[in-house]
Amino acid sequence: MNKEEKIKSLSLEISEKLEKVQDLKMLNDLKIEYLSKKGPVSELSSLMKDLDNEERKKFGMLLNSFKNEINDKFDEIRTKLETEELNKKLEEEKIDISLPATPIKIGSPNILERLIEEIESFLMNMGYDVVDGPEIEKDLYNFELLNLPKGHPARDAQDTFYLKGEELLLRSQTSPVQVRTMLSKEKPEPIKMICPGKTYRRDDDDAVHSHQFTQIEGLVIDKDISLSDLKGTFDIIAKHLFGEDVQTRFRPSYYPFTEPSVEMDISCFNCHGQGCNLCKPKGWITVGGAGMVHPDVLKNCGYDPNEWQGFAFGFGAERIAMLKYNIKDIRIFYTNDLREMEVFDRKEGE
Amino acid sequence: MISMNWVKDYIDLDNEDLNELAVKVTNSGVNVENIISNHIDNLVIGEIINCENHPDSDHLHVCNVNIGKETIQIVCGALNVRKGLKVIVALPGAILPDNFEIKKSKIRGVESNGMICALFELGLEEKTEENYNKGICELDRNAPIGSDPLEYLGVCDTLYDLDIHKHRNNDCTNHIGFAYELASILGKKVNLPDESYNEIKDDINNHFSLDVSTENCSYYTAKMVIDLKIGESPEFIKKRLVSAGMRSINNIVDISNYVMLEYGQPLHFFDKEKLGDKILVRMANDNEDVVTLDEKNRVLTKDDIVITDGKRVVAIAGVMGALNTDVDENTKTVLIESAIFDSKHIRYTSRNLNLRSEASSRYEKGLNYEYTLSALNRACHLLEKYAGGKVLKGIAKYDNVDKTKKIVKFSRQEINSLLGMNMTDDDISKQLDKLGFEHELKGDKFIIIIPNRRIDIDTNMADIAEEIGRLYGYHNLENTLPKSESKPGRYVGDVYIRKIISKRLRNLGLNETKTYTLINPKMADMFENEHKNILLPNPMSIDKSVIRKSILPSLINVIDYNKARGIKDINIYEISKVYYDDFNEETKIAIAMNGNYINNDWNNVKVKVDFYLLKGIIENLLDFLGFKNRYSFEESNINNMHPGATANILIDNKKIGFMGRIHPATHKDEIYLAELSMNALDISVKPLKFKEISKFPSIEKDVAFIIDKTISSKLVYDVIKKSGGRLLKEIKVFDVYTGENISENKKSIAYNLVFEDSTKTLTDIEVTEIVNKIINDVENKYNAKLRNM
Repeated sequence: MNKEEKIKSLSLEISEKLEKVQDLKMLNDLKIEYLSKKGPVSELSSLMKDLDNEERKKFGMLLNSFKNEINDKFDEIRTKLETEELNKKLEEEKIDISLPATPIKIGSPNILERLIEEIESFLMNMGYDVVDGPEIEKDLYNFELLNLPKGHPARDAQDTFYLKGEELLLRSQTSPVQVRTMLSKEKPEPIKMICPGKTYRRDDDDAVHSHQFTQIEGLVIDKDISLSDLKGTFDIIAKHLFGEDVQTRFRPSYYPFTEPSVEMDISCFNCHGQGCNLCKPKGWITVGGAGMVHPDVLKNCGYDPNEWQGFAFGFGAERIAMLKYNIKDIRIFYTNDLREMEVFDRKEGE
Repeated sequence: MISMNWVKDYIDLDNEDLNELAVKVTNSGVNVENIISNHIDNLVIGEIINCENHPDSDHLHVCNVNIGKETIQIVCGALNVRKGLKVIVALPGAILPDNFEIKKSKIRGVESNGMICALFELGLEEKTEENYNKGICELDRNAPIGSDPLEYLGVCDTLYDLDIHKHRNNDCTNHIGFAYELASILGKKVNLPDESYNEIKDDINNHFSLDVSTENCSYYTAKMVIDLKIGESPEFIKKRLVSAGMRSINNIVDISNYVMLEYGQPLHFFDKEKLGDKILVRMANDNEDVVTLDEKNRVLTKDDIVITDGKRVVAIAGVMGALNTDVDENTKTVLIESAIFDSKHIRYTSRNLNLRSEASSRYEKGLNYEYTLSALNRACHLLEKYAGGKVLKGIAKYDNVDKTKKIVKFSRQEINSLLGMNMTDDDISKQLDKLGFEHELKGDKFIIIIPNRRIDIDTNMADIAEEIGRLYGYHNLENTLPKSESKPGRYVGDVYIRKIISKRLRNLGLNETKTYTLINPKMADMFENEHKNILLPNPMSIDKSVIRKSILPSLINVIDYNKARGIKDINIYEISKVYYDDFNEETKIAIAMNGNYINNDWNNVKVKVDFYLLKGIIENLLDFLGFKNRYSFEESNINNMHPGATANILIDNKKIGFMGRIHPATHKDEIYLAELSMNALDISVKPLKFKEISKFPSIEKDVAFIIDKTISSKLVYDVIKKSGGRLLKEIKVFDVYTGENISENKKSIAYNLVFEDSTKTLTDIEVTEIVNKIINDVENKYNAKLRNM
């Protein structure tokens, strides 16, 4: 066999063996067998030394192209095997994406707190401060300075938890925070605040009554605040809470600490004023009480009623939440069933 | 309840639709909750044009009745049914009282298309045997066929069920008062009822003397009526009392109630024979007693006003009369009392005796003295007319009423500025006319006199603005917003920190609860013994009798509630005020956790709630609030908490709360609890500042010590930190081990130490030197052994 034939036969031999290669290990073994320093391919180079220049050059070129060819073949097979192996691995790593997630839980707000936060952020953008006051309150602030002297019949409507004689009580309304806010000013200045907070009355708990409930109080005092400002403010809050289509109205009412006093009604967002179970039968739903701060209350709190006037409003947070989220039982807010609360850990819909 | 038929006696409502009127009334401030009408649909006048015996009955008749547009066949069982009668026919669809619906039917095989009615079947007469025997109602010959029989009989009435705001309770609960309210809405006049009567020569003062010895009776008037004949009241009085929810008793008693429902002035009738010749109004003596009309013995106090005959109590003023002078079937002569008593005292008496009457509730609200005499005269008029009474000349009267006129001055500008309206003087004038307030305009000032019937109105401009505004109509209000200077709103006081803590805890996966402030005393002391409880003096129930000083007991209830409903992983918090027995308040943050924090069963990913997880949540919160390096934990012993797994939480070495595991004997579940004072966290912290990370590489070394089990990791940490000096940047525990190869009362703790110098690259030699010092110090201080790793 001449040297050309040797190359040819070796090439044939390697090609045959390469065809049988099944994995990278076999490929490596084959590479060591044929391409290592003492392997048959290297042996071919040793033939060179006996050749003259011309022949050596010719044979050298032949040998080189043979080596390149072999290397290419090896590379080709390697790439193919590697791809196969990767695909196999990917196949093995395929997962069932329909299996349940590992839950990443953010806590839910209490339903009332969620509503309060919504109202707070809306009104803070309109310049209202959010203030707080004590829940054990003086009779003086809860009643007396609000134009409800001892023996006033309107005290009956707020059956109160008294403590320690009758000087202290669990506040029956958030209105004492109005008094505290006004009294806290060194000299009279404009006020724009809301106070959401817990209040207490001697009611037996049932689906619509709760001995503990939440009021959202509002107070605006300045030199030229009018009832129409109250109407506009109520209107914008109502639309924010219940949608742009909602209409608002005032009905005359009575509170000892406001004059005039009004009930704040919204048109029924459920039936749009046609009359339904929610607003039966009138098409309007009362959501709160309000009025112009009574001149005596202003006077009691150091504001001269000839110079200052203002409005105050109060919403029942539970009532609004019940209407807005279609809740039928007020006790739900205080039982804290986590499954019911979970629903409220999301952004508001449109 | 107001009968609109009755009100029509005083104001012309002929052209008013009562449904529309109710809306107007509601919109101007007196809520008409319900309109109750005795109108019945499908009721017509018919004429019996043929009447034959029922083929299959000895008492039923088969009638052909002409009801105008058609003639229908009706089976009727009444004795007086006969051809030619005009009758009341209830057609199919009519719903009679007691929800009895008329339907087409067959009676003993004969078709019947309605019912011929008796008056009692329509609720117009009582169901008595006598009325039953009268049979069907026989209408006049000229009753118009096809029209509404109730209207024809003039018995239609509409009742307004009013929900009246407190301040209007004294006028709008009475028919004349309500007529004035309608008059102000409609701009009409009110006609007062007939108060005239004849007087006989004999004078009351010949029979009777009056004395008032208390300032709590400002007005007392009395008239005497003789020759009374007790009997039934006339129909209209009976019907009207029934519509107002009162029972008809006899003509005398009914008249007293009737006049009260007209004017709102309660009257009391004494039997003059039983009374004697004297009335003395005075304050009662303590423990003085009297048997009232309801036959109960009442013990009085010195704050009750009483009417006496000089000796005996004959009435508790304004509340209830005494049995000793009551009107009975033999009464012939009465003394009519019409008086004004101090409302606060009546309120006190009525509450104190737990005795509320129609009279007391009216006295409590205050009365218009102008009606005191009117009501007295009206009663005389009615007693003369309907009880055959003869009225004696003269009046017994005590008069100490303040008759000062209530005068208010104001300008149009003041009203408009308060209401935000644009009324003209003329607009205001018109409303004042409707209200019936005397007024004049002098320059730019209105001067008005408030009538006495409106005792709810004070002499301030705002009160008048309300009256004008409500009649002018709040629908005329524009929607404007306060024109105040615009500045952003802010959270005042500790509201801000409450909000951010709440949000942080939610972001850490805890759910926010809201629980009751009032709790059961059994729960109140569970974890808090430092302070005493505030007990409510008059609780509604034992479960709600203490103002809580800790939120945790309520959170345990929430856990139990949720567990009972099959919820396994419960991680909750609440931020609320608590109160101590000195009435001081504090806001607390309470956390309760049970079950898993993260859980994915099928994937075997589970982070169970334990002490260290809760500790991590608290540290996260404290770091967030800027307290890094200022807080620490120390072992603690707290009631109902696990003695080996509870810690105090400290900031700047001051206790701010505690955390740990609930005592297994207290609760079967492994619950972890923490309660912190929020106010203790509302203190100043360092301002935020950027800190550059060292450019030079750090070197890490691991060391492990075998020490006594009782030595806490924190003690070793403190030695390492001190010995490590400024180059030791971080100390992490990465392994705690007991068991094989470690003797029984020892443990191994392994620390990963990170060294770093911000000015140069550290060499291993430098670091090794420090580590050796650390090892040496720990070994010496705590008898520790370095563990070979």
